[in-house]
Amino acid sequence: MNVVIVGGGKVGRKLVEDFISEGDNVVLIDVKPELCESIQDMYDVRCVEGSGADLAVLDEAETRRADLFIAVTTNDELNALCAVMAKKLGAERCVARVRNSEYFKQLDFMRDALGISMIVNPEYASAGEVSRMLRFPAAINTETFAKGRIELIEFQVNEDSVLEGKALKDINKDFKLKVLICAVQRGEDVYIPNGDFILREGDKIHVTASHKELAKFIRVTGVINRKVKSVMLIGGGRISYYLAGLLLESGMSVKIIEQNRDKCRALAEAYQNADIVYGDGTDRQVLTEEGIDRMDAIVSLTGIDEENMIISMYAKMRGVGKIITKINRESFGDLMEKTGVYSILTPKNITADIIIRYARAMKSAQDTEMQTLYRIVNNKAEAMEFIVTKKSPLTEKKLSEIRLKKNTLIGAIARGNSMFLPDGDSRIETGDTVIVVTTERISALTDILD
Amino acid sequence: MNYRMLAYSIGRIVMVVALTMFLPLGLSIYYGEGIAKAYIVPIAVSLIIGLAATIRPPKNKGFYAREGMVLVGLGWIIISLIGALPFYISRQIPSFIDCFFETVSGFTTTGSTILADVEKLSKSILFWRSFTHWLGGLGVLAFAMAIFASKDTKTTYMMKAEMPGPVIGKISSKWRYSLRILYLIYIVLTVSEIILLMIGRMSLYDSVVHAFSTAGTGGFGIWNNSIEHYGSAYIEYVIAIFMMLFGINFNIYYLIIARKFAQIKANEEIRWYFGIIIVATALITLNIRHIYSGLPEAFRCAFFQVNSIMTTTGFASRDMMRDGWPMLSQMIVVMLMFVGACAGSTGGGFKVIRAILLGKTARYAVRKAISPRSVYSIKADGKEVSADVRHGVLAYLTAYLIFMALAILIVSLDNKDFSTTATSVISTMNNIGPMIGPVGNFADFSVLSKIVLSISMLVGRLEIYPILVLFSPYMWRRK
Repeated sequence: MNVVIVGGGKVGRKLVEDFISEGDNVVLIDVKPELCESIQDMYDVRCVEGSGADLAVLDEAETRRADLFIAVTTNDELNALCAVMAKKLGAERCVARVRNSEYFKQLDFMRDALGISMIVNPEYASAGEVSRMLRFPAAINTETFAKGRIELIEFQVNEDSVLEGKALKDINKDFKLKVLICAVQRGEDVYIPNGDFILREGDKIHVTASHKELAKFIRVTGVINRKVKSVMLIGGGRISYYLAGLLLESGMSVKIIEQNRDKCRALAEAYQNADIVYGDGTDRQVLTEEGIDRMDAIVSLTGIDEENMIISMYAKMRGVGKIITKINRESFGDLMEKTGVYSILTPKNITADIIIRYARAMKSAQDTEMQTLYRIVNNKAEAMEFIVTKKSPLTEKKLSEIRLKKNTLIGAIARGNSMFLPDGDSRIETGDTVIVVTTERISALTDILD
Repeated sequence: MNYRMLAYSIGRIVMVVALTMFLPLGLSIYYGEGIAKAYIVPIAVSLIIGLAATIRPPKNKGFYAREGMVLVGLGWIIISLIGALPFYISRQIPSFIDCFFETVSGFTTTGSTILADVEKLSKSILFWRSFTHWLGGLGVLAFAMAIFASKDTKTTYMMKAEMPGPVIGKISSKWRYSLRILYLIYIVLTVSEIILLMIGRMSLYDSVVHAFSTAGTGGFGIWNNSIEHYGSAYIEYVIAIFMMLFGINFNIYYLIIARKFAQIKANEEIRWYFGIIIVATALITLNIRHIYSGLPEAFRCAFFQVNSIMTTTGFASRDMMRDGWPMLSQMIVVMLMFVGACAGSTGGGFKVIRAILLGKTARYAVRKAISPRSVYSIKADGKEVSADVRHGVLAYLTAYLIFMALAILIVSLDNKDFSTTATSVISTMNNIGPMIGPVGNFADFSVLSKIVLSISMLVGRLEIYPILVLFSPYMWRRK
């Protein structure tokens, strides 16, 4: 696939890295020569220096032959303009990043009016992610499939957990559960485990199950899952803006600490029910006065990684149950894990994931269609959702008779309004939604066959 | 420094070189020369080394500017050592240092020789000698990379170190496609030359060998008097025109195929390149018209000589010294030695684009002296040239001149005449080949001078830094 990316910032760079590892041909356009050079040194791409809205530059980047054109410069209007021009030049699909909250309500209209294939709003996507994490606070991460019928949740096996030392095949039997552990991270390594795999302390497990079974799993395995009722957001930027709306809607009480008076005023105007505090979120006194001890969750969303990390560490010290840290530089993510604060939000990865998912769906074969893709375990494995639209070798046999690729498993199947965990006797039927977890590269459901 | 990755990459290059040796091996068996051993031994040695180094891909794939530089520098020295073995084992060149000199001269597409009598060598050895030109032309690593369809993302560092020119142009979004396109263009041009030479009644073997030498802009011939041997105006024109073609930036050919004529029109380097060739040919033609039988022959000699030197090939159609060319013509030839071919071609030398940038920088400096507040942007090919690139060119010039001065000092220990001493270094460092002086070849230089001249060839071909860093303690420091 030929991909043209405009803008070599954080997201642009991440996209370059991802598309290269997908094996695509990538051309990057950026106005800054030194940025072009450093990216061309690091990755196997061609960089074209210049503005993405310059016809000659678009031409040099072979935009007319592009299958996917992505505009992720810092400027919304420029992104839209680039995408429209690329579309007119003949690029097959165009994606633009538009983050200004003023445009938020009219994104669908803009997309259709401009003829762009997709508009990405990273902050809104990030807010959605955080609100999901807060609904299941015991998990490090949560993802949902099949319109919420199936959940994929990441937990850590703590010391003296009942799970420690158990083989996976015994878990459902012993606790009368219906869950499937589909990926385990142990140290640096990632396993797609079989039934004989034995859990150890410190493992991070990814579990698929229905919402009800997961709640049961949490109860019997003794993971504490206190419902989050009050949340403190540090930093009143765009993510906070969207997040506050989502959290208030689900009935939580929200307190936002922001040190810019105008931003406070705008937030207060938008959300009458939220507490908006004008103050410095890195100041202990402010945090104490505003009742950090009484909070169920704290989300640090300032623009500076270091501040977010310090706030989270402080919150951890004060015993806040659920702590989510926004970190832009991935390398800091590992650092935070060492301090025991696991829930990390990296907006650029969320944006890149959305776009990669879109690109994979474009590439995927006709018979199945990829609905969602999540990259789990630090991007080392992927969980994907497919809808089976046609008959294929997969739908003809029992699962026990099908040879799957190594390091690949079917995590769950949703049929009609219910879901079940597959065993050897299960069959896949057309119309099913199938969840696949794998460390291999897969873009269509039939790819899982060995 | 990631030594594992370095060894792995060198292993792959060594294997590629071993594979190419099957060609002369086949020839030597075909001609019944009885020197198959001379190829089988190096092939076996390099396959063993190569397999040992590549049997397990390294875990840590970290490969950065530092590794790229060292890989290119060391890689070229190692393949020259391996490439020298056939000459040595076949005993056609008795001393190993001479074999090494000859092979370096081949891979770097210089074309300087230590052989007084080329015609003594057997056919397969002469083929291998010219084939090293063809391999070295676009770069041995580039060749290896075009063959191994690897997913390595850090190729840019290697290419930066191996490809000539101040900035590299990547024509496709992936290196392996870019390199394959370049090699395709290279092969098509080479084959066209073979066919055209055969139309001029050259034998197939002679055509192939000469086409290889022209393609790499190397200059190894198979006769003691080079192209003059054929005494054919047609052959001289074909070779002169192909030398000119191989001295052009290969990206231009890609742009022609892609029908992007606007970008070709904007290319300044190629305009200057043709401009210099035209002016130099005209001046020399007028200057030497009394020596030869008239303007047509003078033009033919001048055109061949200018292209041969400008593209740093070094074929000879006439012996300048023997025929007594006037000093003006000789000096024009020496100047052309310094200019060199276009960046991104198979030619060596300082490169036309660097000369253009230096000229523009000098003009800017003059303007700045007269009107210190003037703001001025230096453009090339219609795009602004960043200060980094300009400083890079100046730094390159400095390093180039310092190295040249040192090399001349060491070679002067041999106590040869002025012209021979100076042009031996100028000619090897710019990868041209022949010297201007009473002695025709490099056989009588001392061992020390031969080593220094071999290094100058590598320094010239790899544009100084990859070789220089091998001697830099900073490079090898643990941290």
